[in-house]
Amino acid sequence: MSIWEYANPRKFMSWTGPFVVLFSVLAALFVGVGLIWGFFFTPDAEGFGSTVKIIYIHVPAATVAINAWAMMLVASLIWIVRRHHVSALAARAAAPVGMTMTAIALITGAIWGQPMWGTWWAWDPRLTSFLILFLFYLGYIALWQAIDNPDTAADLTSVLCLVGSVFALLSRYAVLFWNQGLHQGASLSLDKQEHVADVFWQPLVISLAGFSFLFVALLLVRTRTEIRARRLHALEARERMVNA
Amino acid sequence: MPDLGKYATDILAAYAATALLVAGIVGLTWRRSRRVRAALERAETRAGHNG
Amino acid sequence: MIGLLARDLKLAIRAGGGFGLGLAFFLVVTVLVPFGVGPRPELLARIAPGILWLGALLACLLSLDRIFQLDFEDGSLDLLATAPIPLEGVVATKALAHWLTSGLPLTLAAPVLGVMLNLPSAGFGWLVISLLIGTPALSMIGAFGAALTVGLKRGGLLLSLLVLPLYVPTLIFGAEVARRGAEALAPGTPLLMSAGITAGAIAVLPFAAAAAIRVNLR
Repeated sequence: MSIWEYANPRKFMSWTGPFVVLFSVLAALFVGVGLIWGFFFTPDAEGFGSTVKIIYIHVPAATVAINAWAMMLVASLIWIVRRHHVSALAARAAAPVGMTMTAIALITGAIWGQPMWGTWWAWDPRLTSFLILFLFYLGYIALWQAIDNPDTAADLTSVLCLVGSVFALLSRYAVLFWNQGLHQGASLSLDKQEHVADVFWQPLVISLAGFSFLFVALLLVRTRTEIRARRLHALEARERMVNA
Repeated sequence: MPDLGKYATDILAAYAATALLVAGIVGLTWRRSRRVRAALERAETRAGHNG
Repeated sequence: MIGLLARDLKLAIRAGGGFGLGLAFFLVVTVLVPFGVGPRPELLARIAPGILWLGALLACLLSLDRIFQLDFEDGSLDLLATAPIPLEGVVATKALAHWLTSGLPLTLAAPVLGVMLNLPSAGFGWLVISLLIGTPALSMIGAFGAALTVGLKRGGLLLSLLVLPLYVPTLIFGAEVARRGAEALAPGTPLLMSAGITAGAIAVLPFAAAAAIRVNLR
């Protein structure tokens, strides 16, 4: 019995059922605790004033946005190498969630940038990279929706995801080269010197866990929906064959 | 309610926008999940009768 | 492969579309810019490298869907896929043909349009060099995008949406070379990066594009 057997659609449906509930509860719990702790029970940061409270959504959303793309990349690779349908469908299911997270990171960043930098939008490397990431999500989702045959769509979007990842990385460094930024350094670095003070760090990590659980929960639900949609599609095709 | 000072609007706007977007994606996911599930159940009963 | 190249070039020149259209588009965009931003010479001189790069990029984009679409519709792409030359080679040849009919003319036309935009004299050489090195990547990335969307009926808009984000690094480094050249700074680093991206695109993307075509021909 290998790990791949869990990727059999029927098996996937049965073992993920309980996990949907589990991750939904965990997501609600952690997001709730993290945000309430962050919003009500943390002091203002020096230099930021009370705007530091935006960090509890901004940083987790940005982290999930990037990792969602990384997860799509892995899923696409698995689809190309092993041709597990669940994998392709999971990549498809993750994209809109990742795009939403990117949008949240961009919007909260803009709202945060206004009081801090005096502008809603600066062509700062990190902001710009996220905007480019958003465009990649858009293209990826548009390609999925444009192709009727699901296997063709899975193949082509996987190739796009691979090539897109390379170019997204290239863009990241090109943008760094292009403009020096206003942005903070890494907030979550393990290096104690660099990351934010503990009072902010603890609720931030909880919130981060919450956003990650939220992503997993949504991913599971959406993947299950995609599997059902595929089965529905097959049943309808068979009905048409019988009736014809 | 903590004292948010002069940044109150910004912070609340950020939280509100996030709530809206998260609610949006959760809502869309949920709605499509229910629709597809219902449609599949109908199709499977049909297939069961015919097949 | 040389035969295929000659055939594609001949078709492009006879049909006239891609060849003249891209250049005309480049000209029109460049002429429209001063109407949009005002006729001040010092402002135009500052933005000229970026405008020329952007114009060339958009003009390049126009003719991308022609790379595979016609051959797909009349069935010759199926023949090419089963021909003894590898499909990767076909893709590379077609990208080269696209570059010869769009990228190269655009590069040669750019200095003329640079005069109209009051480009500083130091910038002309670097502008041509940056376009010469950067535009092959545009054609190659475009060929990849065209390969992805070849099976679609209305792929044109989707093609732009897919390809434009992929153009970001090429545009940044290429325009940076031209800008630094115009401002008489050292353009070496972005030039090397730009060349690196072009070389990498030519090395890797034919394989990805050929894979996409095989999927679309299934």
